[in-house]
Amino acid sequence: MSLHHLNDALVRPRSARPGHGRYPRLAGLATATLVLAACGGGGGGGGEDDPAAAEAFPEGDITFVVPFSAGGPTDTVTRLVAEPIAEELGANIVVQNVEGAGGTIAAGEVAAANPDGYTVLMHHIGMSTAPSLYPDLPYAPLEDFEPLGLVTQVPMTIVARSDFEPQTMEELVTYLEENAEDVTLANAGIGAASHLCGLLLQDALGVELTEVPYEGTGPALTDLVAGEVDLMCDQTTNTTGQIQAGEIKAYAVTTPERVETLPDLPTTEEAGLEELQVGVWHGFYVPAGTPEGIREELSAAILSSLEDENVISQLGELGAAPFSQEEATPEAHRQLLEEQIELWQPIIEEAGVAAD
Amino acid sequence: MELLNNLGLGFETAFTPINLLFAFIGVALGTAVGVLPGIGPTATIAMLLPITFGFEPVTSLIMLAGIYYGAQYGGSTTAILINLPGESSAAVTALDGHQMAKQGRAGPALATAALGSFFAGTVGTLALALFAEPISRAALLFGPAEYFSLVVLGLIASIALASGSVLKALAMIVLGLLLGTVGQDLYSGTPRFTFGMRELYSGLNFVSLAVGLFGVAEILRNLEGDITRSVMVQKVKNLWLTKDDFRRIRGPVLRGTGLGTALGVLPGAGHVLASFVSYSVEKRVSKRPEEFGRGAIEGVAAPESANNAAAQTQFVPLLTLGLPVSPIMALLLGAFIIQGIVPGPSVIDDEPELVWGLIASMWIGNFFLVLLNLPLIGLWVKMLTIPYRVLFPAIIAFASIGTYSIALNAFHVYAIAFFGILGYVLIKLGNEPAPLLLGFVLGPLLEEYLRRALIISDGDPSVFVTRPISLTLLILAAAAFAIAVLPSVRRKREVVFEEED
Repeated sequence: MSLHHLNDALVRPRSARPGHGRYPRLAGLATATLVLAACGGGGGGGGEDDPAAAEAFPEGDITFVVPFSAGGPTDTVTRLVAEPIAEELGANIVVQNVEGAGGTIAAGEVAAANPDGYTVLMHHIGMSTAPSLYPDLPYAPLEDFEPLGLVTQVPMTIVARSDFEPQTMEELVTYLEENAEDVTLANAGIGAASHLCGLLLQDALGVELTEVPYEGTGPALTDLVAGEVDLMCDQTTNTTGQIQAGEIKAYAVTTPERVETLPDLPTTEEAGLEELQVGVWHGFYVPAGTPEGIREELSAAILSSLEDENVISQLGELGAAPFSQEEATPEAHRQLLEEQIELWQPIIEEAGVAAD
Repeated sequence: MELLNNLGLGFETAFTPINLLFAFIGVALGTAVGVLPGIGPTATIAMLLPITFGFEPVTSLIMLAGIYYGAQYGGSTTAILINLPGESSAAVTALDGHQMAKQGRAGPALATAALGSFFAGTVGTLALALFAEPISRAALLFGPAEYFSLVVLGLIASIALASGSVLKALAMIVLGLLLGTVGQDLYSGTPRFTFGMRELYSGLNFVSLAVGLFGVAEILRNLEGDITRSVMVQKVKNLWLTKDDFRRIRGPVLRGTGLGTALGVLPGAGHVLASFVSYSVEKRVSKRPEEFGRGAIEGVAAPESANNAAAQTQFVPLLTLGLPVSPIMALLLGAFIIQGIVPGPSVIDDEPELVWGLIASMWIGNFFLVLLNLPLIGLWVKMLTIPYRVLFPAIIAFASIGTYSIALNAFHVYAIAFFGILGYVLIKLGNEPAPLLLGFVLGPLLEEYLRRALIISDGDPSVFVTRPISLTLLILAAAAFAIAVLPSVRRKREVVFEEED
């Protein structure tokens, strides 16, 4: 109890001023240490079963931290669900974009934030690849966060310049096996979804293509349209328009089901590549030590937002769909995160792209 | 005929009261954020994006685009008045613009920027309407090899940015190139010069660098003297251009517009290069190159026109191909997606009123900008009479707020302090910050394109000379270099220096 109080008394005043200096950089590390110390002494969860805290939640604005720029796919997804979540909780939600270092800056800040439920992180597949890409992370995804639930998975498409020889996914596989060293594979930078998908593609086929990294999807797609590079694997959000216009050629979509906006495009599974399954999954997190009652409230609101009609139709436009109620639970989220960390670690290590 | 129909449709869309209103709000906001040091259009659009969710798609894009080209106008204001460029293109304007302000000619400098920008904006918009499709296809002819050669040309042309010693200018370019290498290597993921700070993984922030090197360093230098009097200007001579001024800016505005229109279409480097290259061109063709860097009105007219023309034609690849050429265009692409419009080459056919409405609104927006900015000149110039002891803390405060807002990260604010001190030391050593800034902006592009071209060619360096566009650019670069180091030119430089001493 005394430790609870210590935690409360020292940390509370900052949270009492919503939206203001919730995690100033200088104080960040100190707070983290303090909170961890308090948690450790208090038996593994600074105020885990504090019913009073959960009942009063939420009292002020909740901040959703997005680790990428406003207007990007992750930002869009966050703002889309933030609306029904805010309604459900009866609180204002402020969406903040904290960019940099593949999303690890934002994750580091949230990890060090007050575990009071007022600072929530949105992150995508990058949450599971960061430990392999950035060995000196100031946080551990599984230990320093509590997953709240999954939101959506944006499918990826395997695309090529319009005059690339192979016509179907089967032909592409044969072509890549025979001409691996002559094929260039574009991606949007280290750790980007297109980079991960490209690694998985090479891993699945057992080939090594010439990877050509770009600073973001825009320039990569531009060079693909211009025919400077041969191949790329990117999210439907980025590729659908170009595919429909015939500017680029599409071979397959990397999710178990076909996407509505590109009905003629087979899945990788249909094309005989079961192991090539990758989607950009998105989920919410709070810092470890957030009281269970508060987590439950947030999780419930996130789950219910996935049934919102506007959310479903807007995600559909992006070629994505919300996770089902069973798939989106905090438990399922934690399991997916664990699996994905394990999946990517050897692939990234083998590719030798760790940023150490 | 089709063009007239399209433009008709565009103006019909843009002239609805709501769209006119938001075009005005957009350019007014853009001017404001351009004027406030530090806050750039990227941060502003990112912040305002969410409130446009409820708008009609065309209204939302009209406003966001207005912020962008409005900021191009506003950015030159602070560059001229207080030597504080908010983005790379305005850094060039600061060179002569601020000197003009110091000589009491802030009015004509601002008027030149406004008029040049309006003319260039009109031409750029017209080019966008007339030739969008062919120029976007032409832009696709530029592969990594061509971009590399273009950046080489830009770097060599940038020697002209310095008004002093060629050697010192080269040293500054190299220092800029080195600072540009900070961050995670794009190709291997290896962090370079990050000293374990993850904030440095994405590299040094341009705004921090520019605000520090130009703004803060200038303030430190001004504070050396007696700060109770206004150190900014001696005496405001006139607010408007003289007949002679008009004669002098005609050529630079035309050439700047042409260069900007062409270069703006190119992804990545185009927009940045436009103002730098146009400045170098003017300095070359001028009969009085020695005036550049000391308050030559041509040095304001050319880059301002180039930068605004490029701001319009930057939209070409976005609207015709659905491909963003810069971070701001990527944000606008995000706005399309949020509005439920799948970006791509079909947008121009599927959503004609959106695309043409946006194009028409750009001309209207440019017109608003002139209406808004010309009367403001008097006010801005008055600002210079604010006592410096009041003005400089305000400048620093606004710059810090603006820089913080970019990524909500205090690290970028500390970086301002660091570069402010570095800038001061450099000034004391007789170096100029402009070539450093160019090296910083172009260095990473140079490396990126060089390595990409070589990766794609499988390590064969002949791609740079076997591709005709690349070869042409390299020949131009060689010629520019020859002129820069030609003995006669150098002698002229020395003469200038002796005069100054």
